[in-house]
Amino acid sequence: MEISMMAILSQLMLGLNNGVFYALLSLGLAVIFGLLNIVNFAHGALYMLGAFAALLGYSELGPLLGKPDFHINYWAALILVPLLVGAVGILIEKTMLKRLYRFDHLYGLLLTFGISLILQGVFTNYFNVAGTPYDAKPPILEGVANLGFMMFPRYRLWAIAISLVVCFATWYVIERTKLGSYLRAGTENPELVKAFGINVPLMITLTYGYGVALAAFAGVVAAPIYSVSPVMGSEIIITVFAVVVIGGMGSIMGAIVTGLLLGMVEGVTKVVYPPASNTVIFFIMVIVLLIKPAGLFGREQQ
Amino acid sequence: MPDIRKELLRIQELHAWYGESHVLHGLELSVAEGELVTLLGRNGAGRTTILKSIMGLVGKRTGSIVINGAETVTMPTHRIAHLGIGYCPEERGIFSSLSVEENLLLPPVVQEGGMTVEQLYALFPNLKERRSSIGTRLSGGEQQMLAIARILRTGARLLLLDEITEGLAPVIVQTLGRLIVTLKEHGFTIVLVEQNFHFAADLADRHYIVDHGAIAEMITREELPNQRERLNRMLGV
Repeated sequence: MEISMMAILSQLMLGLNNGVFYALLSLGLAVIFGLLNIVNFAHGALYMLGAFAALLGYSELGPLLGKPDFHINYWAALILVPLLVGAVGILIEKTMLKRLYRFDHLYGLLLTFGISLILQGVFTNYFNVAGTPYDAKPPILEGVANLGFMMFPRYRLWAIAISLVVCFATWYVIERTKLGSYLRAGTENPELVKAFGINVPLMITLTYGYGVALAAFAGVVAAPIYSVSPVMGSEIIITVFAVVVIGGMGSIMGAIVTGLLLGMVEGVTKVVYPPASNTVIFFIMVIVLLIKPAGLFGREQQ
Repeated sequence: MPDIRKELLRIQELHAWYGESHVLHGLELSVAEGELVTLLGRNGAGRTTILKSIMGLVGKRTGSIVINGAETVTMPTHRIAHLGIGYCPEERGIFSSLSVEENLLLPPVVQEGGMTVEQLYALFPNLKERRSSIGTRLSGGEQQMLAIARILRTGARLLLLDEITEGLAPVIVQTLGRLIVTLKEHGFTIVLVEQNFHFAADLADRHYIVDHGAIAEMITREELPNQRERLNRMLGV
């Protein structure tokens, strides 16, 4: 079988493009799991909510307000939607998740799973499951760029770049700043951090809000690439959970690197052996679980 | 002496629970400003729970804990430290995901008058040398120094120290003893939970003997020589 280098390189780029979404979403899951010890099953639905917020802000909000010319454009959505959906996350934490910390984390998982079914159900009721295109792609990101080995859509390049910036900025804040040291210490021993006079409950609320905002951000970035559909979250979240299992729950760099790499592995598989491209990540997950159950970057629990 | 000084900590009728288990039963004690008081007792008597109750780290507590004039029994944990308390937990509580310096800088300043990082590094030169190591890579003695150093930075004037000599070599224990004396001379108020009675005996103004979650007896420094026999029996030494 002849496989051209060109084909591999282009699939690597497309894989990287999927990989940044895996990275953004698994990063949010890792941040939330670290401090809250909750597997946030609603993550996919909140990603979908982010994409819908961008879509509705562009096409529905104006008519609803009686000003058909009013649109929330892409750039504004990139900032506003994570803030809005992050606030929804804060509300979820304050009113529901907060009550469950005393119990086994299975309950948190069940609650967030329920939330995700409700969100998905509501949107399925009103919107096309096959997807609605988001037409607000900024003109400057239209067209293709010549990478030398391939022509690559400008918007996808932008999506890769901005996602990487957000991922690594998050990593930097958590691993290299004072604020991050509170977060790491709170993950390790929240009681002692409280005893030092730090408002840990507030920190937990804001962390959940941030993790959710990351998912919403991914949703906005994804909206112009994939069409916006009520099931877009449930489709991606299963793969993202596999990424999290492979990378190791709770590791920040692990979530980012694993997300990017597995996106590329998936891309390359499309060239090498296309039928396996949808399952290769799960195959890797099985192998990693057998050899290193805590994940590639995870630490064994005592 | 202690009675004419200002009372910094007063605990009355304190009951504390971990889940269903009732650990403290109507405990009463008080500590004056500048005093060094030890909590002695057998394992499981409730000494660590007393410190945790002061910090609000038990499941439930009732009664009264007044710190510097403020009632804290209904206060959330993160506000209690800001009354000027530094807490050094059992097993030191050094964070393995933080460097030595990050560990040192973690607790927020709660009052003015704390030591600066430079002063702390001068006092604990080993910590300076290893400032960028992972906190838990330090030796036990160094970790203990770090656990104490980080609360001296915050300006706390009431120090709650839990089993600081546990598992450490005699030479380190001596160093800690000198450190405690220095801190007392600088006017810190200290509540020390201690297993090592010989360490505690020479340092403290008063000893509270804790048994079954209540104070069984209070012994002052002056009374100590005559009470030693009885004390050894009570502590099961």
